[in-house]
Amino acid sequence: MRTLSEIDTTVKRASKAMGFSWGIAEEIGKNIRLLELFGLPGVKNLNQYFKDYKRKQFQKISLISKLNESIKIPYCPIIFGTNFIDQCTILEESIDIEIKNIAYPLLFLPFASRASEIVGKRIFLKIDEKEYLLNFNLSILSNHLNSIINENAKLISLKFLDNNNSFTDNEWQEIYKLSEDTFVEETDSLKQTGAGAGLTDND
Amino acid sequence: MEVQLRDPNTVMKLSKLGSFHQSKLSFLRSFLKEFKDWDFKRDLFDLDENGFGKAIYSFKKNKRTYSLVSFANKISDTERSDRVIATKWDAAFVLYDGIPTKQDIERLSENVPKQEVGRVSYKELTLSRANKSVRIFDHVIENLSNGKQPDKNILSKVGYLYRTTAVYGSGKFGLADRFRIKNREEIYGPFRLEMMLVYLTRQFTFDQVNHVAKYKNPRQAVELDKNICRNLGIGNSTGLGMAPFIVNHPTLLNNWILARETALKKIREIKHVKNKDTDLFLYCLKKSLKNVISWNTDSEFQKNKIKDLLNDLNKLIDYLKNFNFSQEYAFNKIYRWAEEKLKDECLEYLVSMMMEPYDDIINPLINTMSSEEEKFFNIPTNRTIFELREILEKNYSDILKINFKKKESNQNFWFISKNKEEPRLANRYEENGSDLEQPLAIARDIKKLHERVLIEKNSLKIGKFLIENNDLRHVVRRAFIVEKFPYSEIQDNTIGSNLMPIDMLRLKLSFFGALKFDPKSDKWLRICMFQGAPLPTDLKKFDDYWVYNSLN
Repeated sequence: MRTLSEIDTTVKRASKAMGFSWGIAEEIGKNIRLLELFGLPGVKNLNQYFKDYKRKQFQKISLISKLNESIKIPYCPIIFGTNFIDQCTILEESIDIEIKNIAYPLLFLPFASRASEIVGKRIFLKIDEKEYLLNFNLSILSNHLNSIINENAKLISLKFLDNNNSFTDNEWQEIYKLSEDTFVEETDSLKQTGAGAGLTDND
Repeated sequence: MEVQLRDPNTVMKLSKLGSFHQSKLSFLRSFLKEFKDWDFKRDLFDLDENGFGKAIYSFKKNKRTYSLVSFANKISDTERSDRVIATKWDAAFVLYDGIPTKQDIERLSENVPKQEVGRVSYKELTLSRANKSVRIFDHVIENLSNGKQPDKNILSKVGYLYRTTAVYGSGKFGLADRFRIKNREEIYGPFRLEMMLVYLTRQFTFDQVNHVAKYKNPRQAVELDKNICRNLGIGNSTGLGMAPFIVNHPTLLNNWILARETALKKIREIKHVKNKDTDLFLYCLKKSLKNVISWNTDSEFQKNKIKDLLNDLNKLIDYLKNFNFSQEYAFNKIYRWAEEKLKDECLEYLVSMMMEPYDDIINPLINTMSSEEEKFFNIPTNRTIFELREILEKNYSDILKINFKKKESNQNFWFISKNKEEPRLANRYEENGSDLEQPLAIARDIKKLHERVLIEKNSLKIGKFLIENNDLRHVVRRAFIVEKFPYSEIQDNTIGSNLMPIDMLRLKLSFFGALKFDPKSDKWLRICMFQGAPLPTDLKKFDDYWVYNSLN
């Protein structure tokens, strides 16, 4: 089994060899390491993308907006992702982002996962029919975990999710009430001696 | 009185970093301290009459076991090479996480001797190989087999029976990634498992010579005297492979240096130095002189450094003869005097010595010397050009003065050799390959970044700046790291004509705890580790000052 350290180093070097700057190559190394750590086929997709990269043209976007569409040629997921992570604190305000026609969309996924950590919000990402919930770069939940190469996405929709509870107030109260069963009812004596702070604060 | 931490612009100069010595913070010393109460055992010793075969040693505590699996092989003298291009070694070692099964040993026996060409697994933690010091090894066996102890003078000229030529860890060649083991308390300090491998390898070398001598002459042979064993270490031959490490791990470098600088600051801030601490400081200083006097090298560069060190040590000892340790802030006064009167080699030696009495200061710092590097990878792209410029001008002031239009400022380039995938250095104007240069010319690229930042609007966000400047993204990242970690950058030009790469090696090796740096050129050197250290069977009677108890 290849180690994450080997994946990171080798991918970084391969990316530089493909013509990316060292700084972007570092990003790609970290991203593929992340995909493989989460059990997603990063090396497989990157390898295939690099083969296409030599033969085909890809759109290199600079400024990302709410709606992004490349009609003639697909977006490069690496340049899109790099700019996305660089601009994510501004893009967060748009809440919903759409990306139409992007190559190898899985390669964009770790950029979005890291953006989730940077902005402190979960991100819900849909690559055509495949759904991913990105949890602060700590985990990725998905309804699609096949180890396949996906060469193109017609549409990626991305939503920055507000930091809301996944439960109702009633549900919280129920669980809180149970937790109270571990508390000790304080007697007068315990009130006086249990905390350790001074009994008079006017000295 | 508050003493300021020393200025990174002074401390992080290569000539200064290349003058560092082992100290109480060094990894091999903190490793021994951590493992002193673990149970040591020789689990297997299956060598033939010539000393070839396998052996297993372990450290165990509660439910945790670490096992060194050793393979000793027959090689011819012509095959023996310390260079990384070698393909065969006298012995190969791997540190296994737990107790290896028969199947594991079989798998390891097929892979570990091959080193880079073999493959290990996540169950293995560190990997190494070593070559005999043939003249010492043969001399020891000859004498032991004839019932005599070897000549200590001959031993002291080398200091070891074997020298390792590489020690790998953290995900290399299939070894466990650090994330799998990083939460184990016993390995919070850096390079703990590399140190363990080297330490147990040392024991293997003693057992092997005893075994071979006994087979050679069963009636007369004696075992190598324990005191002699204790005064032998493990050698190490180190080339440029180690140098880029300190550039590629900026937060880790910071944490090593910061621990040292914090220790120095706290010691200088001690108002009243206790008598017992004075005594211990003077004891270690005097005992340590043996290590300097017995420091052998053929390198003129190092000979001059040792000569300066000895001259300055004499000055220091003279100064301390009449020094009043009962005055306030005595160590600060000594330091201030030394800063003015002594060269870096001795000044940094003094810094190491001053740490010796202060477990209470040093021990908490040892656990701060690792780093969670991933946490600082993302570039804060919502910051502005104004802030970036301030960071650059504050943290790289000397680097920004370097004139990179001069040929000599750009003379070298770092590259990865295709043959061995190892870092190398070459002359840009004489060799091909500079188009494949590694991103280790930090000073040059920082200067370029500063020039571009100067012509941008102050209010421009870094995220926007990067759109047109991604070729310098790697140094934008570093600039925001150095803002938080002031000791994370070498404040020198790592591609200039006057670069001494061994300064970079010495820095790292001093933190390992190496002694007797012996440069063989400006690009590689030999060192000795664990010389004077207690044997594993004596670890429970651990003496923290073992490093000064060597007989050599």
